[in-house]
Amino acid sequence: MTPVEITHPYGGKARRPSWTAILRHTVPLSICLGMLWLLTMVLVAVFADLLRPYGITAMDLSNRLVAPGSTRHWLGTDELGRDVLARLIQSIRVSLVIAFSATILSAFFGTALGFAAAKFRGIVEHIVLVLADFQAALPFLIMSLAVLAFFGSSMTLIVCLMGFYGWERYARIARGLAVSASAQGYASAVVQLGASPFRVYFRHILPNVASTLIVSMTLTFPEIILMESGLSFLGLGVQPPETSLGNMVGFGREYLTRAPWIMLAPATVIMLTTLSISLVGDWLRDKLDPTVR
Amino acid sequence: MVAPLIEAAALSRVYETRRGVFGKVSSVRAVDDVSLKVSPGETLGVVGESGSGKSTLGRLLLGIDPAQHGRVTFEGKPMPTFGTAEWRASRAKMQFIYQDPLAALDRRLTIATQIREPMDIHELFEGSARTDRVAALMAAVGLRHDQANRYPHELSGGQRQRAVIARALATRPKLIVCDEPVSALDVSIQAQVVNMLRDLQDELGLAMVFISHDLKVVRNVANRVAVMYLGRIVEEAPSDMIFASPRHPYTRALVSSVPVPGQPLKGRMILQGEPPNPADRPSGCAFHPRCPFAIELCRASVPELRPVEDLRAAACHLVDSANAPIAA
Repeated sequence: MTPVEITHPYGGKARRPSWTAILRHTVPLSICLGMLWLLTMVLVAVFADLLRPYGITAMDLSNRLVAPGSTRHWLGTDELGRDVLARLIQSIRVSLVIAFSATILSAFFGTALGFAAAKFRGIVEHIVLVLADFQAALPFLIMSLAVLAFFGSSMTLIVCLMGFYGWERYARIARGLAVSASAQGYASAVVQLGASPFRVYFRHILPNVASTLIVSMTLTFPEIILMESGLSFLGLGVQPPETSLGNMVGFGREYLTRAPWIMLAPATVIMLTTLSISLVGDWLRDKLDPTVR
Repeated sequence: MVAPLIEAAALSRVYETRRGVFGKVSSVRAVDDVSLKVSPGETLGVVGESGSGKSTLGRLLLGIDPAQHGRVTFEGKPMPTFGTAEWRASRAKMQFIYQDPLAALDRRLTIATQIREPMDIHELFEGSARTDRVAALMAAVGLRHDQANRYPHELSGGQRQRAVIARALATRPKLIVCDEPVSALDVSIQAQVVNMLRDLQDELGLAMVFISHDLKVVRNVANRVAVMYLGRIVEEAPSDMIFASPRHPYTRALVSSVPVPGQPLKGRMILQGEPPNPADRPSGCAFHPRCPFAIELCRASVPELRPVEDLRAAACHLVDSANAPIAA
């Protein structure tokens, strides 16, 4: 008897799908690209020292304002003959460090304050809500300008300042969701089982509200990058010769007509990174929720 | 007589609501001077209309809501204050079953994790014994073992309520307060869950407080029934007695509304008027505006809950120990 070849009902051999096919099936292409971009950004930030072709202050005075595509300077040079690629790599590191730490800071403190308000109610809740209203009503850029102008600009100060940004949103969300969960439903059921407040908040309420908080984080992250860019653009953020994405855009502005690449390179990075974060964050929220699967 | 497992003495709970910042404070007496006892292994049914304070009573009994007056004693010891470590530890002995099982379960954890949780909290049973107990509990409430890793939204209403019951039984409690445990379920499922609760109770010797507005269900599970009206118990008697010969006019109206299979509904006593607003209690007996037998005395003074027969207590001026109310 001759071996019968098993064929797929619609023709062609039945094959086990390759892992790339599985990945493509479960993760949409835009998310793949977004994750790839974010991974690249993180790797660039981590290995910035190795990747940088030149020092960020190294000047090549005979090659000033060289257009991108030259063999020695892939992304061209700026008005002082500094390599744009080298400065871009360093900028990515600085901006990502600021944005990541600030997002985590604001998410942590915002959520903690929100939970505290929901747990203790009464006067604690009033204080947290008044602070949140105060924060929301305050023009943040002006406050940052004032603080930076008084205390001088330093990396730590910028991170702390940016960490202030958006905490009131986490606090409001966390408080609202925790209060509604405690009033009825799973949280009160767990309290009734005899669980400690720690267990109630961190094992039950936090995972349940995490998806909302993650979405809030993906909104805050781009905003912090933009805020830092704005501050640097105004000259109060990261100080030269150190560089950040916003700082590069700010200084590149003067050469916008003659050498647009100085500004376009960091602007593109800002745009792609914030877009990727939003896409991936949105997708992640759906994936983390077992009821949507 | 056996010492009662849980005893409530003169419990009252008043909720105050204020309309606007400078509005008038209106107070709602959700539970007013309620005393009751539940012996080990006994089921007390608590029935009444919505707003009669039966759910609040359940929460007061377990100390989830603090009572303003009166006290609750469990196994002879006063109930610890809500939220304290002793209160939390005491949860291993008493549990609460909610009306809506989907709301009572954490939708991000599997059924097995949630049934296991009370054992993790109270550190009962060691390691793999907990896993075994989860399997045993699931079998006891009629859940299949392949449902262990399901999430609450993947189960049907009846299965969710079974999971909630399994979770409540995990610590081997002595008392379970069920707040309308089956009213969110289909009638056919109600019967299954009620029968299951009854079987489990016989098996485990639990005491149960069964709160419901559904007299058919209460008749099926309860040994003794307390009828509540506007926060007060108006009649309390063994189940058979209350359904066979209700004495308080309100109980009579309730019982007459339950159809008996194979018989036309006769002697139906239909109550006039709306259930009164708890924030605006009628004077005297709270039931007098709707009571067909009300006399002047009913408007003036509040009847006390007093024993009228062996095992029966009623709060009505017109019920005395010798005869039924007039026109009965």
